[in-house]
Amino acid sequence: MPKLKVSLLTGRTIDQGKGKEYGKLSREYWESVTICFLDPEDLKFLEIKENENIKVTTKSGSVVMKAVKSARTPHPRIAFIPYGPWASIIMNQKTHGTGMPSLKGIPAEIEPAPEEKVLSLSELLNKHYKVKKS
Amino acid sequence: MTIVTGVTCPVCGTFCDDIELVVENNVIVDVKNACAMGAAKFLNYATHRSLKPLIRKNGELIEASLDEAVGKAAKILADADYPILYGWSCTSCDAVRVGLELAEEVGGVIDNTSTVCHGPSILSVQDVGIVSCTLGQIRHRADLIFYWASNPWSAHPRHIERYTMFTEGRFQKSTWKGYISRLGGVLSKKRLRRAANLVLRRDIPATPEIERHLPYTMFQKKRKMVVVDTRKTRTAEAADYFLQIEPNKDYELLQAFRMLIRDEELNVDKVAGVPVEILEEVADVMLDCKLGVFFFGLGLTMSEGKHRNIDTAISLTRDLNQRTKFLIMPMRGHFNVTGVNVVFTWQTGYPYAVDFSRGYPRYNPGETSVVDILSRGESDAGLSIASDPVAHFPREAAQNLVKNPLIAIDPEVTPTTLMADVVIPSSFMGIETEGTAYRMDHVPLPLKKVVEPPKTCLSDVEILQRILSKVRKLRRTSN
Amino acid sequence: MDLAINNGKIVEKINENKAKVIDASGMIVMPGGVDIHCHIAGADVNTGRLLRPEDHFRDVEAKTAITRSGVGHSIPSTFTTGYRYSRMGYTTLMNPSMPPLEARHTHEELEDTPMVDKATYPLLGDWWFVLEHLRDGLIEECAAHVAWMMAATRGYAIKLVNPGGLEAWGFGSNVKDLDDSVPHFNITPREIIRGLCKVNKLLNMPHTIHVHTNNLGKPGNYVTAIETMKCVEDLAEENRPNIHITHCQFSAFKGSDWQTMSSGAEEIAKYVNHHNHVTLDMGQVIFTDTTTMTADGPFQYGLYQLTGNKWINHDVETETSGGIVPFRYRRKSAVNAIQWSIGLELALLIENPWKIYLTTDHPNGGPFTSYPTIITWLMSQVARKKTISKIHKRARRKSLLTSIEREFSFYEIAIVTRAGQAKALGLTQKGQLGVGADADVAIYNVNPELVDPSKKYKKVRRAFKRAAYTIKGGEIVVKDGEIVKPVSGKTFWVDVKTSLPLEVNDDLKRKFREYWTVEYENYPLRKGFLHNPAPISIKAEV
Repeated sequence: MPKLKVSLLTGRTIDQGKGKEYGKLSREYWESVTICFLDPEDLKFLEIKENENIKVTTKSGSVVMKAVKSARTPHPRIAFIPYGPWASIIMNQKTHGTGMPSLKGIPAEIEPAPEEKVLSLSELLNKHYKVKKS
Repeated sequence: MTIVTGVTCPVCGTFCDDIELVVENNVIVDVKNACAMGAAKFLNYATHRSLKPLIRKNGELIEASLDEAVGKAAKILADADYPILYGWSCTSCDAVRVGLELAEEVGGVIDNTSTVCHGPSILSVQDVGIVSCTLGQIRHRADLIFYWASNPWSAHPRHIERYTMFTEGRFQKSTWKGYISRLGGVLSKKRLRRAANLVLRRDIPATPEIERHLPYTMFQKKRKMVVVDTRKTRTAEAADYFLQIEPNKDYELLQAFRMLIRDEELNVDKVAGVPVEILEEVADVMLDCKLGVFFFGLGLTMSEGKHRNIDTAISLTRDLNQRTKFLIMPMRGHFNVTGVNVVFTWQTGYPYAVDFSRGYPRYNPGETSVVDILSRGESDAGLSIASDPVAHFPREAAQNLVKNPLIAIDPEVTPTTLMADVVIPSSFMGIETEGTAYRMDHVPLPLKKVVEPPKTCLSDVEILQRILSKVRKLRRTSN
Repeated sequence: MDLAINNGKIVEKINENKAKVIDASGMIVMPGGVDIHCHIAGADVNTGRLLRPEDHFRDVEAKTAITRSGVGHSIPSTFTTGYRYSRMGYTTLMNPSMPPLEARHTHEELEDTPMVDKATYPLLGDWWFVLEHLRDGLIEECAAHVAWMMAATRGYAIKLVNPGGLEAWGFGSNVKDLDDSVPHFNITPREIIRGLCKVNKLLNMPHTIHVHTNNLGKPGNYVTAIETMKCVEDLAEENRPNIHITHCQFSAFKGSDWQTMSSGAEEIAKYVNHHNHVTLDMGQVIFTDTTTMTADGPFQYGLYQLTGNKWINHDVETETSGGIVPFRYRRKSAVNAIQWSIGLELALLIENPWKIYLTTDHPNGGPFTSYPTIITWLMSQVARKKTISKIHKRARRKSLLTSIEREFSFYEIAIVTRAGQAKALGLTQKGQLGVGADADVAIYNVNPELVDPSKKYKKVRRAFKRAAYTIKGGEIVVKDGEIVKPVSGKTFWVDVKTSLPLEVNDDLKRKFREYWTVEYENYPLRKGFLHNPAPISIKAEV
């Protein structure tokens, strides 16, 4: 399967901003933070169409998200993911002594993930943060 | 039915204080003047709210009384050796003052969302200072506006209409009409291309325009907007000029500008992927303006170079003041994060990442900042208030936060409250409780109480005061 | 002599059997200290704190059972500021620069400054409403707006900083002298100063206009200082002061550049000695690392250009500006040493101590914790000589101090550190120990009958550094230089009642929206905002 090396940006979108005001458990929020914006040329390279699932992997971890065609092109080999629990799985926690983790310009690899599904919020929390304590 | 005017919106750093709300039977039924995020907040805040205090027993969160929850929270903090108290940005300054007293009492680390946001901007200010102003100065006087690594259309939707391009100032006019006609041109070009592609059954994106000169509008005597970013955001589409640059190259570009405004020669053809001829023209426009401003966003704080990026941006602004008037301002995002920095600084001398474990305030981002403390697994308890670290911290840090006793004070259900051991519901600041908060340019504004909160949801101030007095009781009995 | 205190006031007598008795024999008893000009709260001060973590690392105070922790050498955090002033016997502080738009911030910080009573002065010298009304000759309109502003921001006095210059700085320029026109507004600094002086009189304000002159920090500016004092001479009445020139040292330079710079203190002292409508405060310089912060944006930019130190600029829409630059005063810098001499020359050459007060314009000239050292310089020629021997040769040659023999007495020190300041401020219940005064008392462990301050100045310094007792509102709050009881003070502000108060109509609200970026209703401080307000009701002449 084709693999694409990208520079990953995370940031705000108006939908994510709205979604978080509806509530983090809302459908609107989930829809706004489980997507990854890609340049159409990159979608072509991955041989996928819009709204198909992809796996985004960085040194810190990997998540399955929905690929979306970016309207802000051209930006080949740059992927954009809105802030949220999904972005947090793959962002780089190293702060280089500044206190600030690296949330933009992260080297990442993207591949199609047709067999995998995008987790719900509770599935994601259970998978990564489930704590065995009383 | 009552109409409440002059409400300050509690969402982002733009702090629109002209919101009008229609309230019927203690419910907000209509919102005027707010942007999409503000309207979403005022109309939907109660949808996923937390109503009852919860305590985790045998792995499950079950309802408890407020006294029980406060007692457990106090015990967690009093017993801890190195607790962290994090968040604060979505609450008022009064609550922050109590929070600082609590952190000092338990000898913990108190940190706020700047640590993952504009912390590097603050580090830069501590190194080089900053040349800034209140937003009204921009509205009245600015004729050259840069949005650098910032996308107000998505994050601060009314910023442009309230403070920069689309507002009337004493010395500068709004450019609303110019924008409409330009937008008309852009949209019709897009429509034509889409139609052509449909007819010819091809999927060809727009050809990137390789320009060698700035458009003529950049030299007109009117307000001008330039967007510098790695991708063409919505704000970039509204700009007079969009400077697209390669990711992680802001530092080089800013230094290049510093050289160009001193009439020095660059020995390369391109910087950050932009031809030097364009940069020279942009530098000329900078020197030629009456008052220019750089608004910068997280693109500068979070990419490679971090606070050094902002260092050079501020230095560029400072250098420009030798020839004209130039200012710079970070686009603060989370609601009252500026206010939190302000209160932290006046009480402790430091704006964030304050460590009280030795009995006096200590500050060393990288050591006393929360993401680092969590990454190293050094804390043994946590309090999260008015913030959602489990959703927004890098995974390992969030995991270390969750594996220790965690208290969450929040009006809503969030990933953090779902993972906490004690959950205390609070009222919504700026809607159900009044207070003071600070705009991105440090102007303090009052927050109004518009509706009554449910009886089970106290204000952050009251909750913190109860925890603080319980902690003091526990310490007295243990000594 | 005995002093009787009851219910927070000095009274005639009380039942001694039921009273707590403090034996102050062998000690000097003064009213609590009053500082007429110290930057301790607000946007500029706090941004200064932010700018200088290195200032805080070197000076910390740990939490105790009754006090909060804090930091800071030149710009202490709020709790530390209150405690340190109180330890020196000070009980009333005046924060001299409040950008009106950010009044909330100033007051919140003042409320977190314990142990002292306080007030603050809104910056009005470049306010658009003031500039426009004065340009059009509408003094009464201007007065109505100023009265409204005092109430809206809970202010105490009218503050002017480089009048006209701050509006010019909005576009990066400045004003050159009193008759230079302010760009876009067609008014001169002279007209602004005279206009606000008239307004101050119409409103019957307890203090005079408080002025930071144009051309601050420029060689040759003593001329501007004298012109400023002269320009309201004809408006004065009955020998009462109608202008206060603050931190006068910074406005007392002679010469045409830094090489030829020397002291203009003699000329200024001569003018002040012959005129009774002026009061001043010193703005004394201390040889230390400190932080300059003023509303004088262009001056602060100039200081950045001179030193290359980090620089913060903060322009406030419609109203004022501000700047912060760290600065170190060096003995071996001729200019700094001359500045040091100027402050003392002013105090020693002005004959009447009721006209000149002890300040450092904290932290601009140095931190307030250096006041005891300045007291020794005023009281002892030997102490002055010791410092003079270490300063730059050129400064030593030019300094008038070597020929000045005058030494302040304890009584005169009491005037310049408390009584004079209270009188100038119109705070009748402060700065004195008569019946009816607030029971704010400072007791210093030095016996004026046994100790010769001229010789034993080190003992004097130690005594003023750590008060034997500080009594605030009738309660003992400091004993032997340590806080024994934390208290909060009151915030004074002037509630001016005009016969025709400003009409808040749609027209005003619309103008508000045009001028500021906040709604009219969100600008003034709401009732109940201050937790401990002490409004002073005044009836205006308009």
